[in-house]
Amino acid sequence: MIIAEQKPLTEICRIVENDHKILVAGCKSCVAICLAGGEKEVGILAESLRLYSDLNNKEWEISEVVVERQCEKEWVREIGPSIEGKDSVVSIACGVGAQVVQELYPDARIVSGLNTSNMGAPDEPGIFLEKCGGCGDCVLHLTGGICPIARCAKSMLNGPCGGSQNGKCEVNPDTPCAWDQIYNSLKRLGRLNLIEKVIPPKNWIPSSSGGPRKIVRAEAVLTPEEKKTKEGVD
Amino acid sequence: MSDRMRIVGFCCSHGAYSSADLAGVMRISYSPSVMIIRVPCAGRIDVLHILRAFRDGADAVFVAGCLEGNCHFEYGNFEARKMVEHAKRLLSDIGIEAERVEMFNVASNQAWRFPEIVGEMVSRVDKLGLSPLKKVIK
Repeated sequence: MIIAEQKPLTEICRIVENDHKILVAGCKSCVAICLAGGEKEVGILAESLRLYSDLNNKEWEISEVVVERQCEKEWVREIGPSIEGKDSVVSIACGVGAQVVQELYPDARIVSGLNTSNMGAPDEPGIFLEKCGGCGDCVLHLTGGICPIARCAKSMLNGPCGGSQNGKCEVNPDTPCAWDQIYNSLKRLGRLNLIEKVIPPKNWIPSSSGGPRKIVRAEAVLTPEEKKTKEGVD
Repeated sequence: MSDRMRIVGFCCSHGAYSSADLAGVMRISYSPSVMIIRVPCAGRIDVLHILRAFRDGADAVFVAGCLEGNCHFEYGNFEARKMVEHAKRLLSDIGIEAERVEMFNVASNQAWRFPEIVGEMVSRVDKLGLSPLKKVIK
């Protein structure tokens, strides 16, 4: 899932300062799990903006809407009527969701109320950890199911480095050393021989260094005829 | 000033509400400015309830749960304290004094404690003045 956190209220207020009709749009998926942009957070942000507006005579008209997934056009189309006539839409979905809304409604001003951080998972209530670096060339089969790209501070493919101390990372003593975890995982699995295998320099082309990435599933791509039938597009 | 002020108290049914009840039975008086909202557990309270109370005209809000370790739902009062801390941060960002919201713990047999809590909140509002929102919300 995508992990994000809300921008400070003062920053959001500054972004929408000159607007009058404002819509707070949430998402019931990842950002709801990480307590940043679900139904409850939409209510809290909207109420906070109303209080700020009342206190500072802004006369903002704040409305609220939540969709199942802001990253899918099918769901986002449902909020079209709510967006109509708004000066700005504060999207508290991840950066992906905010952009999909902007693509579907190019004349609306979509602003993000969140800072999108990483791909991760809830570790314990209220704590979310990054798990995947999205490098596009997965090596989990070699590293005991632990991603060295995201979880090692130096993204080392052959570790540990000299800064691994008592299972902790030298960059932050609160962070477990990913290569210590990899060692223990491989030991548990009886595959310690893998740690001796030198992983060659990684091919970073599938990573984010070449602009936005695109994955095409040929079997799912609509032909022009299908598009015409299904979407009414010429 | 106290006759115009409004203080909203979210009181857990087991501890704080019973304390208020007992105070009444024992004829211990407290400010009539307090409006009690009885909840099954203080842990039910969300930041949104606190914000709405302010928007609806409260000058101060308190959440009162059972004594720590005595919650009938085990940790509802700890949850409530975290929510109140969150609300304090949010109110500061909005521009409302964080002191206007507070969390208290009280046992059902502490008849004196509830009037004491109300007195504390009344003195805070006396010191801070009525809610700044009252000037703008009709």
